[in-house]
Amino acid sequence: MNSFFLFSIIFWIAAWTINIFIAQSNLAKTKMVLPPILFGVSLLLIWEASISAFDVSPVILPAPSLVFIKLVSSVSILWVDFVQTFVKGALSGYIFGCSAAFGVALLVDRFKFLERGLLPIGNFMAALPIIGTAPILVRWFGFDWESKSAVVTVMVFFPMLINTIQGLQMSDKIHRDLMQTYNATSFQTLIKLRLAAAMPFIFNGLKICSTLALIGAIVAEFFGSPIKGIGFRISTEVGRFALDMVWAEITIAAITGSLFYGGIVLLEKVVTFWHPSQRGRS
Amino acid sequence: MNNAFLPVLTISTFIVLIWYSFSIVLNSSWALDKAERNDQKLSFSELVHDTWSQKKPKLPTPHQVGYEMWKTIFDKKVTSKRSLVYHGWITLSATLAGFMLGTLLGILLALAIVHDKATNLSVMPWIITSQTIPILALAPMIIVVLSSIGFTGLLPKAVISMYLSFFPIVVGMVKGLRSPDLLEIDQMKTWSASQFQILIKLRLPKSIPFLFTSLKLGMAASLVGAIVGELPSGAIAGLGARMLSGSYYGQTIQIWSALFTAAILAASLVGLISIIQAFVFKRMMIVR
Amino acid sequence: MTDETVISAQSLDLTFQTNDGPVHALKDVNLNITKGDFISFIGPSGCGKTTLLRVMADLDQPTDGTITINGVSPKAARESRAYGYVFQSAGLYPWRTIGKNIRLPLEIMGISKSEQKERVEKVLKLVELEDFEKKFPWQLSGGMQQRASIARALAFDADILLMDEPFGALDEIVRDYLNEQLLKLWHSTKKTICFVTHSIPEAVYLSTKIVVMSPRPGRIIDIIESDLPDKRPLEIRDTKEFIDIAQRVREGLRAGHSYE
Repeated sequence: MNSFFLFSIIFWIAAWTINIFIAQSNLAKTKMVLPPILFGVSLLLIWEASISAFDVSPVILPAPSLVFIKLVSSVSILWVDFVQTFVKGALSGYIFGCSAAFGVALLVDRFKFLERGLLPIGNFMAALPIIGTAPILVRWFGFDWESKSAVVTVMVFFPMLINTIQGLQMSDKIHRDLMQTYNATSFQTLIKLRLAAAMPFIFNGLKICSTLALIGAIVAEFFGSPIKGIGFRISTEVGRFALDMVWAEITIAAITGSLFYGGIVLLEKVVTFWHPSQRGRS
Repeated sequence: MNNAFLPVLTISTFIVLIWYSFSIVLNSSWALDKAERNDQKLSFSELVHDTWSQKKPKLPTPHQVGYEMWKTIFDKKVTSKRSLVYHGWITLSATLAGFMLGTLLGILLALAIVHDKATNLSVMPWIITSQTIPILALAPMIIVVLSSIGFTGLLPKAVISMYLSFFPIVVGMVKGLRSPDLLEIDQMKTWSASQFQILIKLRLPKSIPFLFTSLKLGMAASLVGAIVGELPSGAIAGLGARMLSGSYYGQTIQIWSALFTAAILAASLVGLISIIQAFVFKRMMIVR
Repeated sequence: MTDETVISAQSLDLTFQTNDGPVHALKDVNLNITKGDFISFIGPSGCGKTTLLRVMADLDQPTDGTITINGVSPKAARESRAYGYVFQSAGLYPWRTIGKNIRLPLEIMGISKSEQKERVEKVLKLVELEDFEKKFPWQLSGGMQQRASIARALAFDADILLMDEPFGALDEIVRDYLNEQLLKLWHSTKKTICFVTHSIPEAVYLSTKIVVMSPRPGRIIDIIESDLPDKRPLEIRDTKEFIDIAQRVREGLRAGHSYE
């Protein structure tokens, strides 16, 4: 055991003690920010220290510092992969799939019969391993980003559909009665009441789908891809035991996923500021 | 439930009809090419017949997939490498192993988070963040790394399954364990109940509905994890491997039947949890 | 039926089909409401007072009998926006400010932007909420929310105001204050108000006519004309006249109960 490893352990204990202290304090702002950062940093330190202390081969697990060096030195490759997988594959499919689902939900909403039929089917489909359609869609749409976009579209469609349909049913009875006393048309009720009331659910769907979109785009690349893309790079670099590159790609994927999700959460805060779940936090 | 039967049936029928017509559209170019090479003219009924019975169609028809599944589930010996029961079982065992591990880990983590403020503050944000990360990207690496230190077969896949399934469990259980309101907890405190008693008598019973919702999500995620975990391992066995090898050799019917088997598996696993849920709810008098 | 008749019901019947069998919510209800009346409907829960109000508003449909509002069917009355409706809970839209909530019916009815602004200011003044136009409902107290909801019902200036236990969820002090305000409002606007309540003092204090109802089946037991003066300070509730009327209402309610 070397001194660096010892240091990392001491750091971890110290950080945890500070977190316990913070947890019992009244520092509302600090409570939200510092403990997760301290925890994350001590995890990275222990990781780094363990690699050198136990002489772990970089083929099994590279040290975070190694991953960071690789990340900085291969920015151009990572950028190409990011554009291929996220912008072209995930984002296009996400936008297309979510808007299609939203449109279908509005259409279905007009017909109670369709709605009663589609909701159970949608729930059923949302629980299925839709990712399995990847090989089929890759055959249909080719190796490039179009097939990835298609996989993402199919994956996000049903979660988004059921969330929107459920959201549209979420308006309060008293609000609907009120609309009726105003003799509002069904279109007016939809625009002024039900869509607004559905927003928390729609955003719930958008959040779930943001995660699915990246997963779909990456996994679809395992079934065939041009020589770029996060999923492609991960599967080939793993084969060459270049794990620092794999981790660099994973870091990019993680950051992209978190920012994507975070962006939607921000938008949600703006749009559904009135909802009790949002009010409680501020 | 009953008044959903007719609409569901209608829409399902509609989907099947669309499927058959898409089979004609998507497979017709190949059929027409072949006919042209043989200097034949296809009548419409001949075209339909051809597009619905190709060996490597772009889109196989439901009955082709159904026949293939029947053949590979019931007619093959279950030990045969061509039996879907064999491949399904391999995927199922990884799914269940991962699901159990994930559930255990998830519940333990949730207990720690609910009872220890420091854990809540430092770990919970990371758990939520990690949900936004495409964890499946890790799958190939986990497989390769674990096999390089001597673990192959079930374990690496179960690890990926566990990874995917423990998130919904943690999040759901934290919500559930925190679902008793202040009044109920204060009531327990007036009886000077210990933390452990509050857990057993109040928090755990109240978390049961949340647990079942999470279990269903976790089970579906486990299956996806097991399937994706089979992709990088060289397409040897399991439903994911069937899809990958089908994709290599253009065996579209094989891909579709593996996909449907996976779907049936997912539906029955989630259905099984629903049945247990209904039973438990009835015993606990939980009205939904 | 005279020209002054605003709402008229003849042998009204309504039966709901529920999972526990049919529920007879209204039985043989006959009622005439004249213009400018303040009518209270009082009775224990299940006596059909809310249902009667909902029938007037075309939110529920009678199974038998006839009812007219301003001489036409409730549906036609609703389509011509003949009444404003106030529910027990304020029912304000959480994503709209108080001002925007009051605008909502005006937007739906296609009233011009400038007139919308004018009317919002006018009704906010009526309920004394001028300074709260830009606030969101959840930033207001329960009593203020209910006042905003009344303002919303007044905004499009319908002649009839249907109020379903509007102050039922408020504490007594706030309720007293709002009762006073409502009377003032009724005087200044000359509207016909139908008011559902289960508080005897509230009914007596507010009304010109008190309709006493009884459950299973929901029906009218007694209609009591109030001879209290138009000007009613809160202290009127300690006078003999007030207590006499309250006594009659109480007896009516008790008679309804003795059927069980």
